[in-house]
Amino acid sequence: MTEKLVDIRNLTVRFKGARTVYAINDLSLSLKQGETLALLGESGSGKSVTLKTLLRLLPPRRSEIEGEIRVNGTDVQALSGKALQSYRGGEVSMVFQDPGLALDPVYTVGAQIAEAVMRHKGLRKEEAISTAFDMLQRVHIPSPERRLRNYPHELSGGMRQRVMIALALACRPRLLLADEPTTALDATVQIQILLLLRDLQREFGMGVIFVTHDIGVAVEVSERIAVMYAGRIVEEGTTHEIINDPRHPYTRGLLAANLHDIARGERLNAIPGAPPALEEPPSGCSFAPRCPMAGPVCRAGVPDFVNLGPRRRVACLRVDPVPAE
Amino acid sequence: MSATETVTLPGSLADKGGPAQALLIVKDLRKYFPVRGGIFGRRQAMVQAVDGVSFSVEKGETLGIVGESGCGKSTTARLLIGLTEKDAGEIIFDGQGLGGELSPRELRRGVQMVFQDSYASLNPRLTIEDSIAFGARVQGLDDPVGRAHRLMARVGLDPTRFAQRYPHELSGGQRQRINIARALAMSPRLVILDEAVSALDKSVEAQVLNLLVDLRGEFGLTYIFISHDLNVVRYISDRILVMYLGEVVEVGPVDAIWSAQAHPYTRSLFSAMPSMDPDNRTKTPPLSGDPPNPIDPPEGCRFHTRCRFADSVCKTRAPKLLEMPQTPGHLAACHLHDPASGHPKAGTEVMG
Repeated sequence: MTEKLVDIRNLTVRFKGARTVYAINDLSLSLKQGETLALLGESGSGKSVTLKTLLRLLPPRRSEIEGEIRVNGTDVQALSGKALQSYRGGEVSMVFQDPGLALDPVYTVGAQIAEAVMRHKGLRKEEAISTAFDMLQRVHIPSPERRLRNYPHELSGGMRQRVMIALALACRPRLLLADEPTTALDATVQIQILLLLRDLQREFGMGVIFVTHDIGVAVEVSERIAVMYAGRIVEEGTTHEIINDPRHPYTRGLLAANLHDIARGERLNAIPGAPPALEEPPSGCSFAPRCPMAGPVCRAGVPDFVNLGPRRRVACLRVDPVPAE
Repeated sequence: MSATETVTLPGSLADKGGPAQALLIVKDLRKYFPVRGGIFGRRQAMVQAVDGVSFSVEKGETLGIVGESGCGKSTTARLLIGLTEKDAGEIIFDGQGLGGELSPRELRRGVQMVFQDSYASLNPRLTIEDSIAFGARVQGLDDPVGRAHRLMARVGLDPTRFAQRYPHELSGGQRQRINIARALAMSPRLVILDEAVSALDKSVEAQVLNLLVDLRGEFGLTYIFISHDLNVVRYISDRILVMYLGEVVEVGPVDAIWSAQAHPYTRSLFSAMPSMDPDNRTKTPPLSGDPPNPIDPPEGCRFHTRCRFADSVCKTRAPKLLEMPQTPGHLAACHLHDPASGHPKAGTEVMG
């Protein structure tokens, strides 16, 4: 039980309001201690909602959550009050896409990191400041003693994201959730942050769930990839398996759409149509309307997972028994 | 892709200079934005957004512009259609200079633009049909509504279903198709696509790219394609122009730049692309730190603060755009490629 750092079983998330949105539909996922998993998907596929559910960040009144979520053996759904507070930031922390919004503009970055350390580790102020200094060094911020006294607006985008990572890791969480942390950054800065995260993961040994829409980014940081579509995982495997032997037609389409190694002027093998609106629970394979291989059986019921090996699964009825080549 | 056998959109501006005349020539374009501050709102500094940019676009070709945020690629685009007024420089469209023989109104008949944010660039209170027909109506082109319907059908949206809808009722991909149709409704000859596919999901992006390639062939269009995604730029462009802090650092045919980047910045930009090979991931980042602030760009070569080949000459003297001896049409602004620059490693193959 405790071998699994994250264990999500049959998670379903619905948002209620003027209309109902079926954001996550029967999602099961596990992560071992020290593993890095990329949740890969397009907008609306439910990847960010999965992260927010893990941190209990969804608005309780408008969201209906079913299923079981355990992090390090703790039932996340049952947490409240003090226990929830120390779970957030202590056990699990998160890096967001826009560090400009996630950092508090009226406190220096040193004060923000120190506050988190004092709150979760019970350190005195001087000790907390020196931890903050140590963290800024670890994320390779030049002249850290000066940067401790800077406000977020005085830092560049890449620097702010480094501070965000320092803040998230200051309390040594077991699990780091990263929600598109490099999407807003320039290419030359993005690769720096990706490599930094990879090194820190190795150093601290925490589990990481990294949400991204960019396959190239997933390849750089993760050892496993779970591909999401319309609130479900459609394929999961090691990064190597997903890149070199994709089985789900959607995964194959995504890889083709990356344009890596495509001849100039050659017609792109685009996936037709657009993702579904999620206003109804799925009655068949959600990808069937866009799938070149779909038949009546695909629309008749939600496809179960086909296990292709240990921790290698595909939710497709038409999956080839042999690798495509 | 020769310009002689193209079918133009109905009501297009006539070709004036013939196929040999470049469709667009830009000379020494400059735009500085003042930054105001202090108690009296005095001018404190200047953002050197675009500083001495020159290039040309041939008829029927696609020029890709790449660079990081703040490099001036979008400002360049806005200067080209007169959305932002230029401080200095010349814009010559099919042989006619803007401000001289060519009025801004005529320029906008010839040049149209598609923006990144598909929602913000459509009027939320106009139906799709009205949005597309609006420009054609203002310019007095005949049958604006019929035009709008034909173009909607051409970009893959059934006019009977979509003509009376509003922008918020459409998906991002559909809205971007509408923006493309609206740009084409003016029968332009040059379309500037400023990160036009960047906000779309990958699967939808591929559809829109296919559409852009089809339209280019069908109507003999010329594109300026601005993007930060090198793979997309390579797919659609004939030539690439690389910008850094308001200046052109390298320009040349796609294949030439893809096989051998001449400027150290271009090299870094290419090395920063994720590898796509799990067995061979990127080991060290090609550059450290963020791009410098364009308010106070470094002296000399603007890249010298991040360049690992930088020498004393790079700190004092700005390099000129020079043609690579082996590849005609491939230019780079780097002292390494100028034997007369005084850079100790000039003329040697240091980049490997």
